[in-house]
Amino acid sequence: MPLETTQAFVTREAKLRLEGVSRSFQTARGLLVALEDLHLEVREGEFLCLVGPSGCGKSTLLSLLAGLDRPTAGEIWMDGRPVEGPGTDRIVIFQELGLFPWLTVQENVEFGLRMQGVGKRERRERSQHYLRLVHLSRFETSYVHQLSGGMKQRVALARSLVTEPDVLLMDEPFAALDAQTRDLLHEELARLWAETGKTIVFVTHNVREAVRLGDRVMLLTFRPGRIKSQFDITLPRPRHLEDPELALTAREVLAQLKEEINKAVKEEYNHEENH
Amino acid sequence: MKRTIRQLAFYLWLVAVWQILSDLKIWPPYLFPTPQSVLESVRAGFSDRSFLIGLGVSMKRIGLGYGLSVLLGITLGFLIAVNEFLRDTVGGLVLSLQSLPSLCWLPLAVLWFGLTEKAILFVVVMGSLLAVTINTEVGVRHVPRIYLLAGRNLGANGLPLFLHVLLPASLPHLIAGLKQGWAFAWRSLISGEMIFVSLGLGHLLMMGRDLNDMSQVLAVMLLIMAIGQIVDRVVFETLENRIRRKWGVASAV
Repeated sequence: MPLETTQAFVTREAKLRLEGVSRSFQTARGLLVALEDLHLEVREGEFLCLVGPSGCGKSTLLSLLAGLDRPTAGEIWMDGRPVEGPGTDRIVIFQELGLFPWLTVQENVEFGLRMQGVGKRERRERSQHYLRLVHLSRFETSYVHQLSGGMKQRVALARSLVTEPDVLLMDEPFAALDAQTRDLLHEELARLWAETGKTIVFVTHNVREAVRLGDRVMLLTFRPGRIKSQFDITLPRPRHLEDPELALTAREVLAQLKEEINKAVKEEYNHEENH
Repeated sequence: MKRTIRQLAFYLWLVAVWQILSDLKIWPPYLFPTPQSVLESVRAGFSDRSFLIGLGVSMKRIGLGYGLSVLLGITLGFLIAVNEFLRDTVGGLVLSLQSLPSLCWLPLAVLWFGLTEKAILFVVVMGSLLAVTINTEVGVRHVPRIYLLAGRNLGANGLPLFLHVLLPASLPHLIAGLKQGWAFAWRSLISGEMIFVSLGLGHLLMMGRDLNDMSQVLAVMLLIMAIGQIVDRVVFETLENRIRRKWGVASAV
């Protein structure tokens, strides 16, 4: 049964640690506080799902963790060292993927290794290993536009895994897929996670997806983004979307999420009335 | 196949009409030559090597001028795209200069460089540089942010990020710019040569006029058209097709 906790209890040195992290943006309408005073720890090998209404700063949080963006205040640590920029120990899988259309599948997967100056033969070996892992060996010479949506996701997954990062940061990676493909990729991701022991931070607005995948589901509030509540998901694995226990847990999380969604909707209406 | 036949038939029809019109002798032959006499001029031009020499001189000039504007234009375009200050200043200037026909640079070039190769080079560069610059800038600015994020995330930075992400990602626009730049360069060169006389195909054209030799005028015009088309079809179309095949229909994934 899910256990609502106010603070994650950490036994060992956290893989990722955020201390009082805030991020605000200057916009035409004034200062927009995307994240405010966030305290958070992610354990090594943990699968953490971040859930919240759109505009709660989930993606901002991932960019901060990736080092692609800097916090306005607070500090971010990985393995006890401050995060100061992007690094191949933390790879983001974006919703739009950002696969390079001018490269073949294999060249896409090898990109990170090439940037590290890894030799051609080793690059080949390692990219083939990961392409096998995501069942795409047959498509290594294809170009990205020739693949289906689900296949593109798997290329992105292989491209991220090939540099052997400790942490995968996934930004709604399956949002644009049809239900069947998504379910298949859930299975594959759960398997990869179990096999590789990576730490995964997974952003989604789909509560069922979060409960299906995560060890812990964290709910963010709408503007400014703060931690609303956390749920430890102790359901046995492998899990299936149709499991009744899973649905029950998801309902509990959803009830809390609804409050935030309503807040978001209200804010939108107010904006419209004011304009 | 169907397209080729259609095109061939069309051109045959065009020559036939030309033949009939010249057979009717409505205009004197020195104003309206027959297809045969134009063909004869082409042959004569090649056999007395005057066409070859003119072609050689023009090709050397365009090679140098176009090469220079490609190099400068791509560099300038990238700089304008990534630097806001340059965009607001130089970027605006480039756009206004683009509205100047390249021949407007000729008086200035002649005053600065005299009747030298440098002057014609200057006209060619000014004619094509801006098109390359503008297209490069547009290309770089249209590179989806996601590619840069993904590249940085995978460890690319500075020069590697430029070479392996920014440059290939802006290639479709870049090629369009190179193609347009080529067309402008070729036009500027020929017009420049026509006025600033000293060898080259444009010079041959004017020589035909001076000698009242309409056949030669038409022959040189055909030659100029042929070169322009060959480069456009062979070089640029091949490049464009290759990119299209790689990227597919959609440009952003």
